[in-house]
Amino acid sequence: MMTNPITDQKPVMLRVMEKKTENTGFATLFFEYSLPFRPGRFIMVWIPGLDEKPYTISLHDQDRFAVTIEAKGIFSKKALTLEKGDLIGIRGPFGNGFEIKPGQSAAVVAGGCGMAPLATLADHLPDITTFIHGARSKEFILFPGRFSVPREFCTDDGSLGHKGLVTDLLEKNIVLGKHFDMVYACGPEIMMYKVFELCETHGIPCQVSLERYMRCGFGVCGACVCGKQVVCKDGPVFHSRDLRKMKDFNTKALLKSGKEVDLSQYFSWRCQ
Amino acid sequence: MSIRFLHKILKNPTVLASGILGNSKDILERVHENGCGLMTLKSIGPEPRDGHKNPTVIDLGCGMINAVGLPSPGYLNMENEWEALENRNFPIIASVYGSSIDEYRKVAEYVSSKKPDFIEINISCPNSEKHGMIFGINRESSRDVVSAVKKVISVPLIVKLTPQAPDIADIARTCEDAGADAICAINTLGPGMVIDIESKRPVLSFKKGGLSGPMIKPVAVRCVFDIYKAVSIPIIGLGGITTGEDAVEMVMAGASLVGIGTAVRYRGIEVFQKVAGEMDDWLADHALSLTDIKGAAHNE
Ligand SMILES: Cc1cc2nc3c(=O)[nH]c(=O)nc-3n(C[C@H](O)[C@H](O)[C@H](O)COP(=O)(O)O)c2cc1C
Ligand code: FES
Repeated sequence: MMTNPITDQKPVMLRVMEKKTENTGFATLFFEYSLPFRPGRFIMVWIPGLDEKPYTISLHDQDRFAVTIEAKGIFSKKALTLEKGDLIGIRGPFGNGFEIKPGQSAAVVAGGCGMAPLATLADHLPDITTFIHGARSKEFILFPGRFSVPREFCTDDGSLGHKGLVTDLLEKNIVLGKHFDMVYACGPEIMMYKVFELCETHGIPCQVSLERYMRCGFGVCGACVCGKQVVCKDGPVFHSRDLRKMKDFNTKALLKSGKEVDLSQYFSWRCQ
Repeated sequence: MSIRFLHKILKNPTVLASGILGNSKDILERVHENGCGLMTLKSIGPEPRDGHKNPTVIDLGCGMINAVGLPSPGYLNMENEWEALENRNFPIIASVYGSSIDEYRKVAEYVSSKKPDFIEINISCPNSEKHGMIFGINRESSRDVVSAVKKVISVPLIVKLTPQAPDIADIARTCEDAGADAICAINTLGPGMVIDIESKRPVLSFKKGGLSGPMIKPVAVRCVFDIYKAVSIPIIGLGGITTGEDAVEMVMAGASLVGIGTAVRYRGIEVFQKVAGEMDDWLADHALSLTDIKGAAHNE
């Protein structure tokens, strides 16, 4: 089937080329299509008759890309029943993506499925000196064996690596005298906030990838505002210099109705 | 290019259209910093409402189709926003909607107590079965809504009209007679539909949606032209305005101010200062003022 080019306009239906079950509750859907891309950008994935949601691109090369989906709600569960040959709508890519400077020594810090956007970054970034990955437990570690740089693991239950937080490991690296020009982080917002604080204390710039409920994906509808920024277009990646001024970072988000709530209330809705 | 609109002096004639970028003070402030003269809040409804499922907003290149479906925290659940907006240094229009005259009145009365600079009633949204547009296509219901709201608010009242009205000029005149202080036209056109032929499904979850952006500009210009002939109150003209020349055209049709929504997609938040600057340049090149060109297309 000849497909129309995928753009940030109306969705284009693509066939699932391959589905790979990752581990507990995760699967990756692969598509044969050469998408213009920078690590950290995202696409809107449409299941006709059901819903449309943003997903970060978790793998990208010359002629294919993939999204990695965690079975959480009705939409993601349905997405994970798709099989090779099934059609799904895609528009994008959207957002800014990570700012990458060659030659800088970088730390990458991933929490849970925050690994997805960082995976393409790690694939593209030659100078990672430290790669930290935290998860609930061993079974939730994504993409084993994918990266040339070895990861330092931590888990909530201690089933793999350090029992504790990703920030413990990052701090240890810094205190031991490792030098970082940039720290890249994605995971729960509280984790990213802790990474940001730690980086501020040590004078290291960082970039984090935020999540908010989205509709348009291109900075018009206002669903995803976070302070003075719209996450879909100004972000989803924000640099320390933006985060310092962003008072909604780790504090406030909008529900689907537009109601402003504390982040805990927002995430309990998002995780339904 | 500062300009008087009813009781207020604005830094220029550009207006942020309702439903674009939402209700948070921070983002409205950024729009203001980017050159917008008057900011409209996302329409506020009587109850908490999530709006429709995605896809809700799709770009078609020549404009957009949307059926966001009037999401709103509900007028009683916005205390944080009102509190923040109390200390604003920019003018706002609060847009309200309801599904009955009573709801319009109740929401508008409460919102008025929060002291926006203007209240706009949205009797023109095509994306809900029971709100908005059904009031604005009919002379009697337009009149009843306007006169009911007018009695309970203490700021000037703007009425936002739909191009789906069989005779928009007649509705505008009815609203003026019922006490409207200004008209805003137009809301989105349609509804229209876009079907994905591979999945054989309408792309929007609500199936139908309102059209906006460059593709509707000729309809918007015609509506403003017709309304200008029928009323003596000022008009906020919008629908597809993307450049200074578009804005000049809308003013020539009879608009006092020019609203911008979809063009944020094509030219970024900076669109307001760009359009205002381009209007200035055009006027300077032609040695004309805004007053000279207002309604100029009506000269025989
Ligand atoms: C995504 C979106 C949401 C909108 N929401 C509202 C709304 O809540 N209330 C309203 O009165 N108009 C709403 N509108 C209509 C716009 O305010 C405006 O009238 C219309 O889009 C035409 O202007 P434009 O071509 O500059 O976008 C919305 C338009 C769009 C594109
Ligand atoms: S999703 Fe519409 S502005 Fe971000």
